[in-house]
Amino acid sequence: MTYVWAFVVGGLICVVGQILLDVCKMTPGAAMSTLVVCGAILDGLKLYEPLIEFAGAGATVPITSFGNALVHGALAELQRDGWIGIVTGIFEVTSAGISSAIIFSFLAALFVKPKG
Amino acid sequence: MAGHRTWVFENRPVIVGTATVVGPEEGNGPLANDFDIIHGDKMLGQKSWEKAEHMLLEEAVKLALENAGITKEQVNYYVGGDLLNQITSSSLTARTLSVPYIGVFGACSTSMESLALAAFLVNAGGAKHVLSATSSHNSTAEKQFRYPTEYGSQKPPTAQYTVTGAGAAVVASSGNGPVITSATIGRVVDMGITDPFNMGAAMAPAAVDTIQAHLRDLNRQPSDYDMIVTGDLATVGYQIALELFRKHNVPIEDTHYDDCGLMVYDLKKQPVQAGGSGCACSATVTYGHLLKRMARGELNRLLVVATGALLSPLTYQQGESIPCIAHAVCIENGGTGA
Repeated sequence: MTYVWAFVVGGLICVVGQILLDVCKMTPGAAMSTLVVCGAILDGLKLYEPLIEFAGAGATVPITSFGNALVHGALAELQRDGWIGIVTGIFEVTSAGISSAIIFSFLAALFVKPKG
Repeated sequence: MAGHRTWVFENRPVIVGTATVVGPEEGNGPLANDFDIIHGDKMLGQKSWEKAEHMLLEEAVKLALENAGITKEQVNYYVGGDLLNQITSSSLTARTLSVPYIGVFGACSTSMESLALAAFLVNAGGAKHVLSATSSHNSTAEKQFRYPTEYGSQKPPTAQYTVTGAGAAVVASSGNGPVITSATIGRVVDMGITDPFNMGAAMAPAAVDTIQAHLRDLNRQPSDYDMIVTGDLATVGYQIALELFRKHNVPIEDTHYDDCGLMVYDLKKQPVQAGGSGCACSATVTYGHLLKRMARGELNRLLVVATGALLSPLTYQQGESIPCIAHAVCIENGGTGA
């Protein structure tokens, strides 16, 4: 059942993204940022964590999870270190994702050429 | 001059030589046999797509001069343009040629814009040989007008596939070949479409406007032409153009009306969404395919209406809709009445 809910919730988030592209005529960049901001807001309202518990990878794989992680890290360090935690915590949880994006893109750029 | 905006060339400038060079996708299309050179590699062994486009244009220009049997020293003027920033490919080609150069920009309508100007120069006695050439490259155009292809963003079915290629023609005051008998210069028509993935729809009204002006200025009917082709309206724009002709009571069904964007690819088999586009779309189809059909006597009077979407990164950033234009050139077999 976990798999089914992961599929349904993850799929629904993608449907929202597709609607942003096709109906709202957003650029891919704007659609992506909108989803990140939505994830951030949902976490601020303490709604994203229950969604992850419910749908697992269905909620952690889509880009909304990145917004969630940004806010999550900031809030966690805010409680631990005070106000400075907002600044230091933003990339706390997301650093693995960001670093691997940079490292793997660099490696890919070394070995392959865009085909056009 | 006839009517409001049509030039009639009573001295009948002749297209004495042409050349077309295309890339792999066009080489897999239904018109492959009509092109002079087909490249299997989109990079043409160059370091960048921009350099590859420059090469396409230089090859087409050199071959056109060869086919016309003239040297570059005999070229009085080179009229041309392309889709890159500040018509880079054309300027670089003009640097190599080192002949007097008139750079023009009409987006994808540049093919007929430059041919019309070349014919005007020759007809007025301003030149003996004028070279008209244009190019486009799929990957450079995607980068210029939409997203770099390596970004991998989705394309809707209304999007068009820019033709990788170049087409060149030498217009002369005398010689053997098809003659240019008239040309109609388009005006900018903007119906408020902002989507760079739906340029056919944006350009269709401009094409219809120019065709109507051409017929009105010369007091002709569509049936006076064996064929009328638009440059790159593709599936979506072609249907809109047909509807507009019907609405404006233009009996377009009396002639064979087609679109170069629909002819250059096999839309069922090739991944080109709604069809072809780009300066090279109308240029390669006209100079490669259509002029060969004229030479075989299958067509005697042809009207090529190259359509251009005059959008740029700047118009997009300013939130502007897409200004569109179309230029028409009438080409006839030598020896037939004007």
